[in-house]
Amino acid sequence: MKVTILMVCFSTLLLFSCGSSDDKKANDQNENAVKNDVSDPMKDKGIGPITSVTIGAEVDKAMAAEGEKIFVSKCTACHKPDKRFIGPAPKGVLDRRSPEWVMNMILNPDKMVKENEIAKKLLMEYIAPMANQNLTEKEARSVLEYYRTL
Amino acid sequence: MKKNFTFLLALSFLVIAMTGCNKGSKSGALKSGVAEKVYVAPGEHDKFYAFISGGFSGQLAVYGLPSGRLFKVIPVFSVDAEKAYGFNEETKPLLNTSHGFIPWDDAHHPDISQTNGELDGRWIFINGNNTPRIARISLKTFETAEILEIPNSAGNHSSCFVTENTEYVVAGTRFSVPIPQRDMPIKDYKGNFKGALSFISVDPKDGNMSIAFQILMPGFNYDLSHPGRNKSHGWFFFTTYNTEEANSLLEVNASQNDKDYIAAVNWKKAEEYIKAGKFKTMPANFAHNVYSETNHSATSTMEKEVKVLDPAECPGLVYFLPTPKSPHGCDVDPSGEYIVGSGKLAAALTVHSFTKILKAIEDKKFDGNAYGIPILKYDDIVAGVVEQPGLGPLHTEFDDKGNAYTTFFISSEVVKWKLGTWEVLDRKPCFYSVGHLMIPGGNSRKPFGKYLVAMNKITKDRYLPTGPEMCQSAQLYDISGDKMELLLDFPTIGEPHYAAGCPAELLEANSQKFYKLDENKHPYATKSEADTKVVREGNNVHVYMTMIRSHFSPDNIEGIKVGDKVFFHITNLEQDFDVPHGFGMIGAQNSELLIMPGQTETLVYEPKQVGVWPFYCTDFCSALHQEMQGYMRVSAPGSNVPLKWSLDGE
Repeated sequence: MKVTILMVCFSTLLLFSCGSSDDKKANDQNENAVKNDVSDPMKDKGIGPITSVTIGAEVDKAMAAEGEKIFVSKCTACHKPDKRFIGPAPKGVLDRRSPEWVMNMILNPDKMVKENEIAKKLLMEYIAPMANQNLTEKEARSVLEYYRTL
Repeated sequence: MKKNFTFLLALSFLVIAMTGCNKGSKSGALKSGVAEKVYVAPGEHDKFYAFISGGFSGQLAVYGLPSGRLFKVIPVFSVDAEKAYGFNEETKPLLNTSHGFIPWDDAHHPDISQTNGELDGRWIFINGNNTPRIARISLKTFETAEILEIPNSAGNHSSCFVTENTEYVVAGTRFSVPIPQRDMPIKDYKGNFKGALSFISVDPKDGNMSIAFQILMPGFNYDLSHPGRNKSHGWFFFTTYNTEEANSLLEVNASQNDKDYIAAVNWKKAEEYIKAGKFKTMPANFAHNVYSETNHSATSTMEKEVKVLDPAECPGLVYFLPTPKSPHGCDVDPSGEYIVGSGKLAAALTVHSFTKILKAIEDKKFDGNAYGIPILKYDDIVAGVVEQPGLGPLHTEFDDKGNAYTTFFISSEVVKWKLGTWEVLDRKPCFYSVGHLMIPGGNSRKPFGKYLVAMNKITKDRYLPTGPEMCQSAQLYDISGDKMELLLDFPTIGEPHYAAGCPAELLEANSQKFYKLDENKHPYATKSEADTKVVREGNNVHVYMTMIRSHFSPDNIEGIKVGDKVFFHITNLEQDFDVPHGFGMIGAQNSELLIMPGQTETLVYEPKQVGVWPFYCTDFCSALHQEMQGYMRVSAPGSNVPLKWSLDGE
């Protein structure tokens, strides 16, 4: 019994002493993931730079037009607005996902498809990974506004 | 108790066994911890970049030090089907010359651009030896950005080395030739042939090269060169051989004179002469090829004249420094005071003093002249001699502690000696027959005296045999201690002729990740799938295609006919690091395309047979890479199948 306790202590010690900074980072993120409420997809904000988005009551038409331009040039190779293509259609996405989740999926797809439960399932369904098209946060926000018009 | 004792006994045996084991395995490299010194753990980065010329491969290879791992082969002077270099429409103009399209050259001496005498990591230059050219390679994209042909030159060997602020990249001719070229008997060489030393100015903003002037020297062979630095900034030094001006069996006939010369060129003086209009403008014909990063395409322009200076008419421009026996390497120490001449056939290394050279010039103490160029007296300018250092000295580089390192081809070794005292401090064998050596920054005011790379001409038994042709090889030495230590052998591409190196942090952060689509100005770029199309112009068919993980758009094309010339203009729509896509077309008589994110490239396809012919992505891009494919329907000449293109029926 004593030996077992001792061994546990040692292995714990080993684990901690060997943990690189990368492991620690991963741990931190796991904690965040735990805090993230995933029971309701509308409350899942995903993983990435976006923690909160304010959506206006009315659609910002100028911003949506800008977003459409970006969508056409950077996203249409894989997404059609209203039907499944390489990836899912963005039409109605804000009824299924939080705005933060959508923007994080655009801005941080590599991590999302590895660590976010919804994104992981989407990758299994669509197989093609979501490409990181290196949009700025402002551009991603415009695309989000465009999605409101679909 | 007894049980415990047995346990202890077993434990001690185990400990002994383990220690014994360690001792057993710690033979050779492990014994001195050498393996650890070159081990870069998986996922970790090397500390230095090494750019090692591929010699007769015509290319420049990028390695990491201390691991010796090969990262990339940058195509420069030779076509490369893997990268479509010289095969796609965008890069073909880079290999244009006054002799037409030349798909190969012999790449020799790379040199990194400098500011204030220190490596600045903007560009690396390298010479093409055979059809004289200088290439500039961007150290942001690691691609060839410009190639300039050198007129009046042949065997562009004493090239290419940069001055302290990259004012000039300098290219000297190996062969002297008739200038201008003309039909004349070879036996009339002596006195009639000339050697051109070219000073190519480099635009500090974009790096663009142009020949500022050439100095037409006597018909010797110009072997190697280096810039003055620090106190000798403003001068350039060239070794010569064949001052006998022989035109046959040089092996014997160019080794008659007891001394040849190092030519000391005062290029600041040359600038004054140019400014004063003391030059002649000569008709010439040479290609100037520039690749644009914004339209992803190269252009080739023929230039028609060059300014030349005649040293006999320009006093103070050139002096000859007598140096024993066909000096090869011509190397200047970080202070700029010492110019080391390695007489290939001499028993000693000669080191000239820049201070003494200036004094002798000031005192006008000349020993006659050659074709109007004053010859200084050997005894007046020698700083010191390294006696009996080895056999067949070739090249010298420097560390940051006042030491010099010279390679010896015949005795196959690298020798460390002290500047100023000229004493030999250490020697280590090379395997085998070392040519150049490289210390990162070893050709600047600020060397990084940690590693030395020896580049060997012969490999013999150092690796597993691969038939008559053995890989060529470099060797890495640790030079941080008093004694050099051989750490690693690593194979190289082609012939590792010479190299340049720098700390990783000088380049790492600037390395381009991808090309921005909205900055892509290629005339045939397609920036969205909505804009894809196929356009017929007579027999030429232009396909405006896009690619992204993992499909082409369009991927079904009909209405192509045998006899057409199909231009696939393909844009990679990805905007992320390390997501290139490839393109292979069955029966295309050139190469694949390998297109970086945001880039556009063009492959010409001339279908010869009727049928439905597939194309596919060659670079594994995603889990659905194997699905990234398409068809082109090729009909008989005169058929009326309409031009059609689609993706998923749309």
